[in-house]
Amino acid sequence: MATVTTTATPAEAGAGSFLRLLAVAIAILVVLALLPGLVDSYQTVLITYGLIMAIAALGFNLLLGYTGLLSFGHSAYFGTGAYTVAFIVRDLGAQSMELCIVGGLVGTLLVSALFGFICVRHTRIFFGILTLALSQVLWSLAFKFFWVTGGTDGIRVAYAKLTLLGGLVDFTGPGSFQRFVFAYYYYVLGLFALATVIMWIIVHSPFGKALQAIRDNETRAAFVGISVRRYRWIAFIISGVFTGLAGILWVPLNGLTTPDVLYWPFSGEIVFMSVLGGFRTFAGPIVGAIAFNYLKTYAVASTEYWQLLVGLVLVILVLALPSGIVGTASRLAARFGKVPS
Amino acid sequence: MSLLETVDLKKYFGDTRAVDHVNLTIEEGEFISLVGPNGAGKTSFCNVVSAYYSADSGKIIFRGQDVTRASVTERVRAGIARSFQLVNLFDDLSAFDNVALAIFSRDGKTRNLAALARRDSAVTRETDIVLDQFGLAGKRNDIARGLAQGERKLLDVALAYALRPKLLFLDEPTSGVSTRDKGQIMDTIASVVRSEGITAVVVEHDMDVVFKYSDRIVVMHQGAILARGTPDEIRNNEQVAMILIGSAGPDAFARKD
Amino acid sequence: MTIFIIQVLNSLFYAAALFLIAAGLSLIYGVMRIVNLAHGTLYALGAYVSAWVVGGAVGHAMNGTLGLAGLLLLLPIGAIAIAAVGAAIEPTLLRPLYRRPEEYHLLITFGLLMIIEDAIKILFGGTPLSAGTIMDHMGSIPIGRLLYPMYNLIVVAIGLVAALGLWWFIYRTKFGVILRATSQDRRMAAALGINVGRVYVQAFAIGCFMAGLGGAVVVPAQAAVLGMGIDALVLAFVVVVIGGLGSLEGALVGALIVSLVRTAGIQFFAEIELAVLYLIATAVLLVRPTGLFGRA
Repeated sequence: MATVTTTATPAEAGAGSFLRLLAVAIAILVVLALLPGLVDSYQTVLITYGLIMAIAALGFNLLLGYTGLLSFGHSAYFGTGAYTVAFIVRDLGAQSMELCIVGGLVGTLLVSALFGFICVRHTRIFFGILTLALSQVLWSLAFKFFWVTGGTDGIRVAYAKLTLLGGLVDFTGPGSFQRFVFAYYYYVLGLFALATVIMWIIVHSPFGKALQAIRDNETRAAFVGISVRRYRWIAFIISGVFTGLAGILWVPLNGLTTPDVLYWPFSGEIVFMSVLGGFRTFAGPIVGAIAFNYLKTYAVASTEYWQLLVGLVLVILVLALPSGIVGTASRLAARFGKVPS
Repeated sequence: MSLLETVDLKKYFGDTRAVDHVNLTIEEGEFISLVGPNGAGKTSFCNVVSAYYSADSGKIIFRGQDVTRASVTERVRAGIARSFQLVNLFDDLSAFDNVALAIFSRDGKTRNLAALARRDSAVTRETDIVLDQFGLAGKRNDIARGLAQGERKLLDVALAYALRPKLLFLDEPTSGVSTRDKGQIMDTIASVVRSEGITAVVVEHDMDVVFKYSDRIVVMHQGAILARGTPDEIRNNEQVAMILIGSAGPDAFARKD
Repeated sequence: MTIFIIQVLNSLFYAAALFLIAAGLSLIYGVMRIVNLAHGTLYALGAYVSAWVVGGAVGHAMNGTLGLAGLLLLLPIGAIAIAAVGAAIEPTLLRPLYRRPEEYHLLITFGLLMIIEDAIKILFGGTPLSAGTIMDHMGSIPIGRLLYPMYNLIVVAIGLVAALGLWWFIYRTKFGVILRATSQDRRMAAALGINVGRVYVQAFAIGCFMAGLGGAVVVPAQAAVLGMGIDALVLAFVVVVIGGLGSLEGALVGALIVSLVRTAGIQFFAEIELAVLYLIATAVLLVRPTGLFGRA
């Protein structure tokens, strides 16, 4: 039986398997920490992007995999995070990355609370369309109010102006780009690890179980005393904030934010990453995001019709490999007797 | 003060009088069977009292409080729980997680997103006890979807029971189960319910089950209460026999085998 | 006063196109319980195909030989092409997923959306395509002191005919009965000997035809541009939210409401016209989640 993250499978049930999980996680973390020493700047930047998108996908999947709500508008929260940082840097002259993060999170919190409140009154397709519509509203606002948002040109955010860790690390002077790539990688890695741990705790908490119950049977969830709408709303907010964090971290690396990051195809990419990795698993979206990031970088280089490729792969995934990379891998592992099921 | 009192409870669906001015009082500790032919309104009555439907008019007074307009979750918190005729489980969660969730919810712990569910030893212990009471201990880690029908019915009841309600509605807990297993399932449910002193209202079709376990029987017909009384009283009630069996007489309710 | 009449006519024109799209979406959902996220993109494809065909005919200086009538007859080619696309999509992509949870339908039609959006780019390039020749040839009629394109009025008429035709088709023909039976209870219909698979393909194809026709009738008045699909999708959804998913009358009323609001919005609040529509949709969803005519 394939691993559905939801349950106390034998793999989760014992302390022994928890230690195994911890060991694997630490091993991965160590490898990631050593990476910049082993590869060049370009690769390091690439992985940084991958980790950033992993945070976005992790947030998204709290809604899809765990709460059963498919959002087509998560670009709204990524974009809100990105633009809030851009505003803070440009209009407030702030330099501290921490300040940007806090400000960005507040902005994303407000937007996801508002949008979530509207959207969670509905399920399934109406939920999906509402999320899409609301993100389109934001996108069109970013366009129309070009004197604020820079329109299609967007807003520049120069890494050289930023500082990390409350001013301890700055990026002025010679060799600053190399230093930035290096330092920012670890900064993102740290936040990625933190975000992953927090999300892991959330989905394994009583609250997380309640979300899964709502996903499986919202009627019964109500009949065991769970306020379905309120829990969905909170899940929505957490999901939006995580994705917003990704947007916040993305801007300094990209150096620029444009309305593209609010546009619906970007939401589609987030959906795709989770499906690619396996949205019924915890690690699936992370793996999917990193894999997708590489896919995109190398495919965009070779073809202009990137969207066609993504769409095609998505269709094939849904038809042939619905559990995604991680889901399929654990199914195979189970079949070869490595994980008792 | 009685545990539950419905006053002139009414629920119509167009011309269909599902619940037609029903006045019923239920005392604490009773084990009541709600019987009647198909379409009599038994499930509808449960649905209205548990807030699955909202009443058109009338009152529902639970432990002295008017809960007629209370929502599903409010009634659950007040102490009314129910199981479902068509099994309603969290299909992708294990049997353990299904029951644990009910307990977490009952204790208000589902708001907690900063602690791991499985570290809550009190909940874990209680969940295992409940599973054991319902004979599901061996299926603890099995996904609900994969359980056998009888096990699913028991789990459905266990979920409602785990809420430790004051009033438990069981909607045909043995329907869809083979005759051989029916008795065992009902034995399990009844013994658990009685040993904890939970007031139960069971919707049932199987009159053997009904006569064996009930303190009181309430017979419904076309949305209204036709008769109520002890098993003996009902057994000897000719009108009831006509409605339920189609023939009256001293042996009307006897098993024919 | 003249301006007012013209705005009303514009609304009706727009409503006709919206109705075609929304009715198609609603039909597919009503019969198959599938929401086709690529529906707006199919509308766009219909517009592009029609514009391309007409443009090609004009380009080859065939408009002399074909005349206005000929050019008009070329328009539905777009609709038929989309119907064919639909007939190919349903058995290959949708049928395997009927037993699966709804997310999968949404995911696959979303993938389809991405494929077709890019396919449009590949086939027709990034520049807008227009079939404006038709509109020019039809001339205008005077309203007050202004001239109003005759073509727009024809479109309104087409919309009306389509609405009536669809109504008659669904409620007055044998196939319509089969359609309604299958939509209410698929298993029962199959048990009665109805070839559900065939009904599904046909329903889907008809729905796609409507979307394509919407694109075809719009394109002489408004050029086909990239991104029109998504806008149309969201608007079509606003229409079915207001009118009720699965309802023909709902699609009609919803299209009229959305169109009127949009025209008024553009007139008075150009910046936030999109937001006003979403606000209305949100409000309707809050008050009457199944829409004005929808079934729960």
